[in-house]
Amino acid sequence: MALTGMRGLSVFISDVRNCQNKEQERLRVDKELGNIRTRFKNEKALTHYKKKKYVWKMLYIYMLGYDVDFGHMEAVSLISAPKYPEKQVGYIVTSCLLTENHEFLRMVINTVRNDIIGRNETFQCLALTMVGNIGGKEFSESLATDVQKLLVSSSCRPLVRKKAALCLLRLYRKNPDVVNIDGWSDRMSQLLDERDLGVLTSVMSLFVALVSNNVEAYWNCLPKCVKILERLGRNQDVPQEYTYHGIPSPWIQVKTMRALQYFPTIEDPNTKRALFEVLQRILMGTDVVKNVNKNNAAHAILFEALALVVHLDAEKEMMSQCVALLGKFVAVREPNIRYLGLENMTRMLLVSDVQDIIKSHQAQIIISLKDPDISIRRRALDLLYGMCDVTNAKDIVEELLQYLNTADFAMREELALKAAILAEKFAPDLSWYVDVILQLIDKAGDFVSDDIWYRVVQFVTNNEDLQPYAATKAREYLEKPVLHETMVKVSAYLLGEYNHLLARRTGCTPKEIFIIINEKLPTVTTSTVAIVLSTYAKILMHNHPPDPELQEQIWSIFRKYESYIDVEIQQRAVEYIALCNKGAALVDVLAEMPKFPERQSALLKKAEVAEVDTAEQSAIRIRSQQQTSNALVVTDQRPTEGSLPVSQLGVVRMPSGKMDQTSFQDQGMTKENGVITEVVPQDVPPADLLGDLLGPLAINGSPATAVPVEQRNQNLLSVVEATPEAAGSLALTTVDNQPNSIQPIVNIAERFNELCLKDSGVLYEDLHIQIGIKAEWQAHHGHIVLFLGNKNTSPLVSVQALILPPTHLKMELSLVPETVPPRAQVQCPLEFVNLRASRDVAVLDFSYKFGTAMVYVKLRLPAVINKFLQPISVTAEEFFAQWKSLSGPPLKLQEVLRGVKPLSLPEMANLFTSLHLAVNPGIDTNPNNLIACTTFYSESTRATLCLIRVETDPSDRTQLRITIASGDPTLTFELKESIKEYLVNIPTQTSSAVVAPSQPQSPVTPVAYNDPGAMLAGLL
Amino acid sequence: MGIRFVLLVNKQGQTRLAQYYAEHLTLDERRALEGEIVRKCLARTDQQCSFVEHRNYKIVYRRYASLFFLVGVDNDENELAILEFIHLFVETMDRHFGNVCELDIMFHLEKAHFMLEEMVMNGCIVETSKSNILMPIQLMDKAS
Repeated sequence: MALTGMRGLSVFISDVRNCQNKEQERLRVDKELGNIRTRFKNEKALTHYKKKKYVWKMLYIYMLGYDVDFGHMEAVSLISAPKYPEKQVGYIVTSCLLTENHEFLRMVINTVRNDIIGRNETFQCLALTMVGNIGGKEFSESLATDVQKLLVSSSCRPLVRKKAALCLLRLYRKNPDVVNIDGWSDRMSQLLDERDLGVLTSVMSLFVALVSNNVEAYWNCLPKCVKILERLGRNQDVPQEYTYHGIPSPWIQVKTMRALQYFPTIEDPNTKRALFEVLQRILMGTDVVKNVNKNNAAHAILFEALALVVHLDAEKEMMSQCVALLGKFVAVREPNIRYLGLENMTRMLLVSDVQDIIKSHQAQIIISLKDPDISIRRRALDLLYGMCDVTNAKDIVEELLQYLNTADFAMREELALKAAILAEKFAPDLSWYVDVILQLIDKAGDFVSDDIWYRVVQFVTNNEDLQPYAATKAREYLEKPVLHETMVKVSAYLLGEYNHLLARRTGCTPKEIFIIINEKLPTVTTSTVAIVLSTYAKILMHNHPPDPELQEQIWSIFRKYESYIDVEIQQRAVEYIALCNKGAALVDVLAEMPKFPERQSALLKKAEVAEVDTAEQSAIRIRSQQQTSNALVVTDQRPTEGSLPVSQLGVVRMPSGKMDQTSFQDQGMTKENGVITEVVPQDVPPADLLGDLLGPLAINGSPATAVPVEQRNQNLLSVVEATPEAAGSLALTTVDNQPNSIQPIVNIAERFNELCLKDSGVLYEDLHIQIGIKAEWQAHHGHIVLFLGNKNTSPLVSVQALILPPTHLKMELSLVPETVPPRAQVQCPLEFVNLRASRDVAVLDFSYKFGTAMVYVKLRLPAVINKFLQPISVTAEEFFAQWKSLSGPPLKLQEVLRGVKPLSLPEMANLFTSLHLAVNPGIDTNPNNLIACTTFYSESTRATLCLIRVETDPSDRTQLRITIASGDPTLTFELKESIKEYLVNIPTQTSSAVVAPSQPQSPVTPVAYNDPGAMLAGLL
Repeated sequence: MGIRFVLLVNKQGQTRLAQYYAEHLTLDERRALEGEIVRKCLARTDQQCSFVEHRNYKIVYRRYASLFFLVGVDNDENELAILEFIHLFVETMDRHFGNVCELDIMFHLEKAHFMLEEMVMNGCIVETSKSNILMPIQLMDKAS
């Protein structure tokens, strides 16, 4: 067994192996480390051979998990050894022990470079490999050119070039500019012609990395990739050494198909046909064979082909072939294939029109949910989660609930969260949702995060129909002898709020409810005690006619807690007793909680941020991107008395408690009932969500009523006595009248006007922040990305964005982060759906804090009516047919405009073009007239054709006559008014800027894509 | 970004080879990670699939007699291709050692490293031809 020449190493390894226990091993290792250390220290002239031996021992010790904090110098110095065996050890051990920033590496840069540019191929390989593994920025700067030369050199042998390819990949990752040179993509394309498959293996990895960052630069390589697949698929020119169990390098095939998945589509029909032939052959020709290795390799290729077909969204026939294959795979016994079948089916959900077929495999997938293998169960869970919609939510969620009983601990939290999300998103009715969540808490209380029960409370609070049902359910659960504490919390809360709704049912008198909750009190923790105390206070309020006995019981509990060790509880007890003596005021103070403003489900937010693997995340993303055609929207659309449309339709995202107050104040303003006086302090733990849930109470902390904690006790009662209106208005003024010390450095109105005519640019800018916009419009859908760019070297905090949408727009703003890091840019996508024609404008309420200054701005968003237009060209015949059929008001409106900004006809045509109106020359024979056509899209009307005629007077350009016709009277009117505004009020510089072709519309070069600064600059 | 680490562990959980790519783990993190992975994978049966999800990695593993080959990849890799890459590694060692066993790898750690070095670079597969992989080792054998 002894290793020739390194006997000492073998002896040491077998010594370690013979150690009976970890302690012995440690002693032996320590002894050896001591030995090596002395040798390195005392023997100045160690031979390279000895150094080599010790360095290997170090690596072995390091591998065993011991710290080796010396001898790195010796390892590195071997790199300079003249002989191959020593040099080799030096390079390999260095790349194992050292990381890229190690200072020793800097010392050998020159040696490494000499090896790379030297004549010795083996030295070249060693050096390239090390740089490829641990080379950092400095290496990138000094070696990139040399490495590139080697890669494309025709005199270099494949064994060097393959290493150069991956070395370059490393250098590219350290500094993307190394391939930012003219003609690089042509060279890359030539490299893909490589005959040597070793080089091609490496080159393909390099190519995948490059193309994943900048697909635009490499379109010329696409046909080459298809050629490679053809060559390998047909087994042409493939040496035996590169076939694996009869299959031409499966690894190159897989990598090539991976590379193709970065191209959004394939334009060239010939390339496309060739690729589809290859794919078709793979799909049809992969059979199950006995040889496991061959089978695996073939299926590796097959799964990659499936992914590529799905990506290309190929023609229907091929897609259904794929679904059929996957359907087969999710049912096989072979675990690897089943695992991958489930995984790929989840990916396939991205393609919408196969969802129904996938649903037909639901039963089979549920079987995998019960598989003994956790890897498979996870995939099945993910797939079920992804494929769930309104039609199958009941089945799937109930399956998940059932599985919860037996699921392993590692999965329970995820399972509980997913079940809760699905129940919320796809609930066929709200009582079912309540059932599911209560069951969840009951079965897996430990794994139900607070967010889940906060959410159910929000729903119940916002849906009056649901309240008696939820209260009854809560009452039922309380009967159980053993109850999870979360269930005590949610039951106590619900019964506190709604016990009066159950008053006439048996076992539901205030007293009975009190007794059953009180049974739980001795066993719960302080956070629950706090909730229970509030519940008692509410029960007391509903205690009509007063039951003196109950009152005495509750009071005695309050008194008991007056001296409780926890300050929060103590304060509650004191305050509730004081409140009870207020008599009638109690009813006001303890009135039912107001409705919560609508918000994105905290659960979804949580699921989005949860660190799960990408496949899982992608499934969650699919979900969160879907329209919430669910209970949430049901509440959204149900008009609630006493609330402004703002808080109803408002897509309110609350990144912090502060926003809660703002929106609450909105709401408070509209409430007759003095909810604002609800000053009962409840526990507000650090968790943001409880803050949300108990949002209204946070009024205590708002600037208007903020008081030092010591004074709170006295002040509380005085606030109670204050009139609700006073408190409300006070709270409101704090938000609105706060002066902005920071002024914008752009003309906000001008910016808005500009953005009405183009799709990207700066919306707002001040000293600290720049808000850029990039918009895309597709029929009645709009997609705006807000770019929040922090210009400072310190973070912007308390960032809040609230959209006040007009009634004709449905909007969804994604999560706006509370903090924008220094010099960073964050993107917040915003989705629009246009419901009908209107000139109302959506307003973005934006605020942030810099240092101590709070900055508030209201910004109009350029989601204006003309964005939902799509220009259309019509023939004279079509035009006149329509024009005649739409006769007179209200479908056809005419107006003479005076005081128009003088525009020449081409200028006006340009303006119309930027308004998405297609100017159709030649229809009107009068050269002074202008005919334009467009299609208006909204959810209610779909596509509506609009015809516009402008008659100008060449002698007086300040007046014109405009006639507009469409099949929708509102649209005709709104469009006319809108165009009128543009004609009468055109910012002069803008009009020329818009039409100038040199205007950089979106010059965001893909390379600069990762650099927020450059991106923002690009938007300018 | 491909392969993040290659681990060879015997069924007692002792590491026989460890190679990380572009992964800056401290010693403690590495020990913890290896411990978790070993606990997770070694407990699995033959009837279970060869893929285990752990932290941000997907572990593709294969057992040969007493030795487990565990390859950590990110989510952008083809699992079966990695599974067969493990086998290619074993076949290559087999060609060199002839009926390779745990002891061969243990006592010829450097050779195992050389082979892996020829096969994987910076987390990417660099060579799959066995004779090309073994060339430098033969060169070294000749030299010594």
